Amino acid sequence: MPRLTLKGLGKAYGSLKVVDNVDLALQEGEFVCLLGPSGCGKTTTLRMIAGFVEPTEGSISMNGEVLSAPGAVLPPERRRMSMIFQSYAIWPNMTVAENVGFGLQLQKLPSAEIRTRTRQILDVVQMGHLADRYPAELSGGQQQRVALARAIVVKPSVLLLDEPLSNLDANLREEMRFEIRRLHDEFRITTVYVTHDQSEAMATADRIAVMNAGRIEQVDAPHLIYTQPRTRFVAAFIGRTNLLEGQLANGEIGLDGFSLRAAQLGQKVPDAARPILLSVRPQAMSLSRSQPQTREGRPVLAATVAQRTYLGESWDYVVHPQEGGLQLRVTAPPLQVHEVGEKVWLELDPQQIAIVS
Amino acid sequence: MTESAAILTKTEAEGARRPGLLRRLRYLEPSNLLWILLIAALLFLVAVPIGKLLIVSFEKQGSGDFTFANYATAYGRVRYLEALGNSLMLGGLSALLAVVFAVPLAWAVSRTDMPGKGLTWAMVMGAFIMPPYLGAVGWILLAGPNSGFINQAWTWLTGLQAPLVNVYSFFGLALVISLHSFPLIFIFVKSALDLISSEMEDAANILGAGTWTTTRKVTLPLVWPAVLGGIIVVFLETVALFGTPAIIGIPARINVVTTQLWQFFEYPVRVEVAAAYAMPLLLITIGMIAVQKLLLARKGFVSQTGKGGERRPIRLGRWRWVVLGYCGFVGLLAVLMPLAVLLQASFAKAWGRGLSWDNLTLGNYGYLLFRHEMALPSIWNTLWFSAASATAAVVIAVLVAYIVARKLVPFGSVLSFLAMAPFVIPGIVMAIGFYAAYAAPPIALYGTALIIILAFTARFLPIAFANSAAAVRAVHPEMEEAARILGGGRLLTVRRITAPLIIRSLIGGWLIVFIVASRELSAAVFLVGPRTRTMSVLLYDLSEAGNFEVLAAFGGLLLAITLILVAIGMKLAGRDFMLRRS
Repeated sequence: MPRLTLKGLGKAYGSLKVVDNVDLALQEGEFVCLLGPSGCGKTTTLRMIAGFVEPTEGSISMNGEVLSAPGAVLPPERRRMSMIFQSYAIWPNMTVAENVGFGLQLQKLPSAEIRTRTRQILDVVQMGHLADRYPAELSGGQQQRVALARAIVVKPSVLLLDEPLSNLDANLREEMRFEIRRLHDEFRITTVYVTHDQSEAMATADRIAVMNAGRIEQVDAPHLIYTQPRTRFVAAFIGRTNLLEGQLANGEIGLDGFSLRAAQLGQKVPDAARPILLSVRPQAMSLSRSQPQTREGRPVLAATVAQRTYLGESWDYVVHPQEGGLQLRVTAPPLQVHEVGEKVWLELDPQQIAIVS
Repeated sequence: MTESAAILTKTEAEGARRPGLLRRLRYLEPSNLLWILLIAALLFLVAVPIGKLLIVSFEKQGSGDFTFANYATAYGRVRYLEALGNSLMLGGLSALLAVVFAVPLAWAVSRTDMPGKGLTWAMVMGAFIMPPYLGAVGWILLAGPNSGFINQAWTWLTGLQAPLVNVYSFFGLALVISLHSFPLIFIFVKSALDLISSEMEDAANILGAGTWTTTRKVTLPLVWPAVLGGIIVVFLETVALFGTPAIIGIPARINVVTTQLWQFFEYPVRVEVAAAYAMPLLLITIGMIAVQKLLLARKGFVSQTGKGGERRPIRLGRWRWVVLGYCGFVGLLAVLMPLAVLLQASFAKAWGRGLSWDNLTLGNYGYLLFRHEMALPSIWNTLWFSAASATAAVVIAVLVAYIVARKLVPFGSVLSFLAMAPFVIPGIVMAIGFYAAYAAPPIALYGTALIIILAFTARFLPIAFANSAAAVRAVHPEMEEAARILGGGRLLTVRRITAPLIIRSLIGGWLIVFIVASRELSAAVFLVGPRTRTMSVLLYDLSEAGNFEVLAAFGGLLLAITLILVAIGMKLAGRDFMLRRS
């Protein structure tokens, strides 16, 4: 039985549906990211799980017991969860140790045990030496560690994180990302993590649920979200890509200016005539000056460079195939320099092309 | 929301039986109950007195029949209309003078390298906490037409008998009022100036504008909304002021709205006429505050967000001594001179004889403390009325602020509207409303301590509310949510997390209300009975009797009490707790 189940969950303010028919099940010890642009309903979903927001449709249950349903919401304090907030919400009137011990105090544990567990967890997040400081004396990253310790020390049934890294600067964000994953590997707490930052989601999650306009578009492991996006939104939102519309007929996919054989693609396609949408990542193509030897099934197109941007780690080219009206973004290594207007050969790797729909 | 839902699941578990009315009442959420209680309290404190004032103005005395006669009486005599005109002119002139005093000081303290900023700041603070009617008494001693110190010095210097200055004049009255109200404009303008980054001025400098041009064309226009806001506030304060116009204006035969209202309360009391006569005051206040909101909303002074940008003081060079001189001059007029003569008089056998050993006595204080039958009771009354109303105002305010900020009930904005409403009601109008609503049977509060405490509570509720709302807003809701998700209920969360975080601001707010309540005159003078006189009212009584030595000594006592409270406030809530602009 899954630990946490969202079934047909919805939240509407008047006629505005913020969260719409969300289904999601988390296994014990699983780490799931809710990923999406701002306003997609991910934070509302998280706050419904926490019990701060009442759903207008569907239900949330833990270990088979219903926690939230329209008109019947177990208050947050009785859910045995813990949460890390965007603002950290470290109480400025308590020391680090008092902050961390607060949840244990509420569980009415003996004070000796509170002290031991507080000290242990502070050592785990490398904050043991600052236990008696007040939050105002801590840096943003240190406050974040206190928030982590405070949430983990109570051994919650579910840990919720609401954009916990959005207030940190870039370097620290990367460090804390691995810290969060490390703590998860150590304690295996069932975790729901909300973020709009895909690299954060990729680095931390077991599975990512991509949300858009209140709905979950796709739930999958990070590499599958990237390589096999199921919807146009997911393909465009995660990483950069070229979306190509085509027509499938007789095992052949007709695109603007060229065609592919369906059998060459990495994914199997049911052989029925229909319109089809492909996602071709910029890395799935390569450019060359001279015509490459035609390898089995790899389409090669003559093209012109229309635009280029140097990004340091790579070149980002926009090319026009000579046949048809397509514009494709292609990534090339830093030493491969082409001028705008130059004639180039474009080679596609069908294995890396994903069928979106 | 969540509690009621939890209860719902419980009732469902207990059975499908539909709960009876009593049972449902038991399950009523506490915050809803509190909401009802607060609405009732606010209606009682704010809506009923003002409503009653409106109704009474259309009632015939005795019978209660509908009539326009009160309005006919109130506006039927040239003298009454003149008083209205006088009030408006006085407000305008005082506001203008206050700008002349305040804006250079605010600019000097905020933007320049003038020395003695701390001293200037302390002086403005002094002008702010000195009760206005005490300043008025001080200026009578200074600029009374014959025996005033300034005129005596003039005669001594020049041999001329004609007085140099006369406080008993329209200009004298306006000057004395502006000397106590200019700190309001100072606070507004200084906090606006504090937000302007030097880059704004640098941008003008680089295009070729000198310091003076830049200040005139860039800096001051940027704070124009603050200046305008200050002018409006001073204008409204002046129009609603009772003490100074009564002490200076009545002997000078300058009649204004507030003193005229007071005359309607002399025997036989004509509340109905007073109510009708108070209407313009109410309308002007509401109108001006609406105008202020409109004006400030229309102009997009974005620089006032004040993000980033380095701030450097303007180097004045030799001019800084000139600017400091001006600050000192204002300080002399507003605080040092009146205070000095008041203190001198309070220790003198006869104030006109000046400083000399044989004129020195503690008799005035001794008389007040040991022989005067009302002095000590009035001190006690002032202290406990102020404490009670400060407590009531802060409790109501913080409950309303919390409920509104956390959206615990639907239509919370009704609560905050009622709590802020007294802001647009002049104290004197409020007092007449309270008199009309609660003085007579069946409630019959006239002459009780309760009616004064209630009136003070209502009058200063907006101060307490603004303070509490800012305090509650400063506590991020996630602070509370963090405690709840770890297992704390709402009450525990408020007790362990929210209360410790806001308590300091609340103490600051409590002290502010206490201080303004302890010197409040315009509402008290209409509501006190023989046994409930406050220090401010007794001071006014003494000024009518004309015994300036005793009066000065009593003023000294009032000032001492205020200073002690301010000192406590600075210790607990920060140096600028009274002058902070929320």
